[in-house]
Amino acid sequence: MADWMTDPAWTALGLSLRVAGCATLLNLLLGVGVGLLLARGRFPGRNLLDTLLTLPMVMPPTVLGYYLLTLLGRRGPLGGWLDQHFGINLIFTWQGAVIAAALVAFPLVYKPARAAFEAVDGQLEQAGRVLGISEIGIFFRITLPLAWRGILAGLLLAFARALGEFGATLMVAGSIPGKTQTLSVAIYEAVQAGQDDSANRLVLVTSLVCVLVLLLAGKLAPGRLAER
Amino acid sequence: MKARLIALSLCSMLLAGHTLAGEITVSAAASLTNAFKEIAHGFEAQNPGSKINFNFAASGALLQQIAKGAPVDVFASADQKTMDSAVKQKLVNSADRKDFARNALVLITPADSKLKLQQLSDLQQASIKHVAIGVPASVPVGRYAKRALENARLWPAVEAKAINTQNVRQSLDYVARGEVEAGFVYQTDAAIMPDKVKIAFSVPLDEVISYPVARTAASSNAAEAQRFVNYLLSPAAQAVLGRYGFHKP
Repeated sequence: MADWMTDPAWTALGLSLRVAGCATLLNLLLGVGVGLLLARGRFPGRNLLDTLLTLPMVMPPTVLGYYLLTLLGRRGPLGGWLDQHFGINLIFTWQGAVIAAALVAFPLVYKPARAAFEAVDGQLEQAGRVLGISEIGIFFRITLPLAWRGILAGLLLAFARALGEFGATLMVAGSIPGKTQTLSVAIYEAVQAGQDDSANRLVLVTSLVCVLVLLLAGKLAPGRLAER
Repeated sequence: MKARLIALSLCSMLLAGHTLAGEITVSAAASLTNAFKEIAHGFEAQNPGSKINFNFAASGALLQQIAKGAPVDVFASADQKTMDSAVKQKLVNSADRKDFARNALVLITPADSKLKLQQLSDLQQASIKHVAIGVPASVPVGRYAKRALENARLWPAVEAKAINTQNVRQSLDYVARGEVEAGFVYQTDAAIMPDKVKIAFSVPLDEVISYPVARTAASSNAAEAQRFVNYLLSPAAQAVLGRYGFHKP
């Protein structure tokens, strides 16, 4: 039974999990940070910024992929700079796939995080201040624990979305087996080539993983997922 | 009452769509995109009431769509192998297929590239990090490239640098953007972006790149489909193909 263990589907699955995991970690930092900033900060252009940050949710992944390709490409403003100064090239790398997946899934973390921070009772934080807790202490001991469930629900959805990312990933990371060929890209390629056996296996693996993620989401954030 | 009538007629218009008597769907290899669009203008001008809908992609992908029952009337492939496979699956009748054009395989680099590439073995240079190649399993240009590299005993070395693309135009795009140092495309594709890519050399092949076309066995408009196939072989259509760099069949 060593046959099924060496199946390329596992390589694609491993890569998909790594890409989605890194993208979700990135979104945990960015989504929570920016969510807090927009929930608490009062500055001009706040609404415009909110619109821009929500845009990836409604924009077609091909549009995002095109933006990333022109921005991060070797001749793009950011990609050229990275290449020249650090020798970093993101196109056709799994790190590029992480950026694509993170961008597409970002609003799914940012939106619930912002809503969760806005729902935190300011009086509890005020009480903490009266008791002499530092601002950082208040965030980690009062605000974050109160907002955590909302954030967690968003993170799980973002992970699922990143796992299924296809359009932007294909444009930015290409399709290199074992390097950037994620599950969804591998399925697309197998179907295009008429390799139905391979497609069936990949589709089965993907479906199982998605069910697992949703079950896990239900366990970790009971009741919350349905509301958001 | 009047409002209802208007609503009803609007609904029926939506349902009916714009189906014309002579409307057909042509699934064609990605390399034919520009030439076929122009040929369709000529065909529609000559046959009032005709309308051609195109579906461009890699030949292998098009075959899979037809095999799964996509409503396609005409299939134009960039290689004989894919059409052979269509005949074997009885999607196309062998008697209906006709060759209508030929092409050549070339290796291209970005126009401003300073690399000196003269033969396939030059792809082993360390300065070549990525080479755009269509997925050999579904993209004919990738299969041709793989075969040429195999004949030169270079496939394993170049495969390690390969960026798999879904059709020939994606390879062209990656080279034009400078994301890869080189790519395999057809001569006709390179000719579309002369300001962004340049041909390094023609790739030697032990087979002819010839394009077959046929109406599909399941076409719901066989007469119109056949008329388009015949038109492809007419002097007018052949002149358009020639202008885009295709050779006579």
